[in-house]
Amino acid sequence: MKERIPIVEKILSANDHIAAQNKSTLDSAGVLGLNFMASPGAGKTSLIEHTIKKLKDRLKLGVIDGDVATSIDADRAAAAGAQSVQINTGGECHLDAIMLQGALSELPLEEIDLLIVENVGNLICPASFKLGTHKSVLIASVPEGDDKPYKYPGMYRGVEALVINKIDLLPYVEFDMEYFRQGVELLNPGLVTFPLSCRTDEGLDAYLAWVETEVEAHRRVGQ
Amino acid sequence: MHELSITESILEIALRHAAEAEAEKITDIHLVIGKLSSIVDDSVQFYWDIVSDGTAAQGAVLHFRRVRIEIVCQACGESYHPEELDLSCPACGSRDVRIVAGEEFRLEAIEVE
Repeated sequence: MKERIPIVEKILSANDHIAAQNKSTLDSAGVLGLNFMASPGAGKTSLIEHTIKKLKDRLKLGVIDGDVATSIDADRAAAAGAQSVQINTGGECHLDAIMLQGALSELPLEEIDLLIVENVGNLICPASFKLGTHKSVLIASVPEGDDKPYKYPGMYRGVEALVINKIDLLPYVEFDMEYFRQGVELLNPGLVTFPLSCRTDEGLDAYLAWVETEVEAHRRVGQ
Repeated sequence: MHELSITESILEIALRHAAEAEAEKITDIHLVIGKLSSIVDDSVQFYWDIVSDGTAAQGAVLHFRRVRIEIVCQACGESYHPEELDLSCPACGSRDVRIVAGEEFRLEAIEVE
């Protein structure tokens, strides 16, 4: 005798639940959490290094690095002057809330203003898993090509800020900025966008000012 | 890519509800998947056969109900179902739109005996 049991449960509800816990952990420590996502080689770690070096006199920074293997990225963040923790996902293509929860317990959150979570280099899977960070930042880069918004709509749709890195390479590669931006506008109208170069520092100030404003706004809400 | 961990979540939820209903065997699993969620049916099916092996859900048939994208324009109230990337309103051109369906990824029901 068959019986049908109705269930209305999101398949990622366990992850969502822990993501909410992570967010409240960050909130009670007064930490702004940013989730950095990008394809491999877009410049996530370089941008994080620049962020640490330029802001470390004014903000206390923490970095959680997600990679399939090695602690190269966390070592770079530590060398630049941040508290850092490495998560090795052991093959998983994204960070999830449970992995982040473990890493958060290894950081002195009371001594941190800004936590940057560097997700695994991947433009598909990280978009599906909430972590509990407050905002998601996508780092695109000029050599990847101008068609990426059209090919990875899920990623471009779900972020609160976009960095376009390696603009110093614009004269050397075929990258139609207008076409790229049209795709972004289609998917995420009015998205805050920072074209910059981590190599020449061009455009970096506007991005850094945005980060500081976000930290300040979060601090005010928490009080 | 991450269908393995997702399939494990499906199994965990199904087994929990079956145990609550004191059922011995799960025969069917009904999933709802929106067009905007990047889940590949074939991969879930592939992993399902592996992860469900030896559990009360072994051999259960997976049913996928795909949900099309539905958008409501916040400017003019038009409701529509875009097939392409462009989610902007076909009536007034506004991009101030709300996705009301198409992002689902949930377990709707199980059948047990």
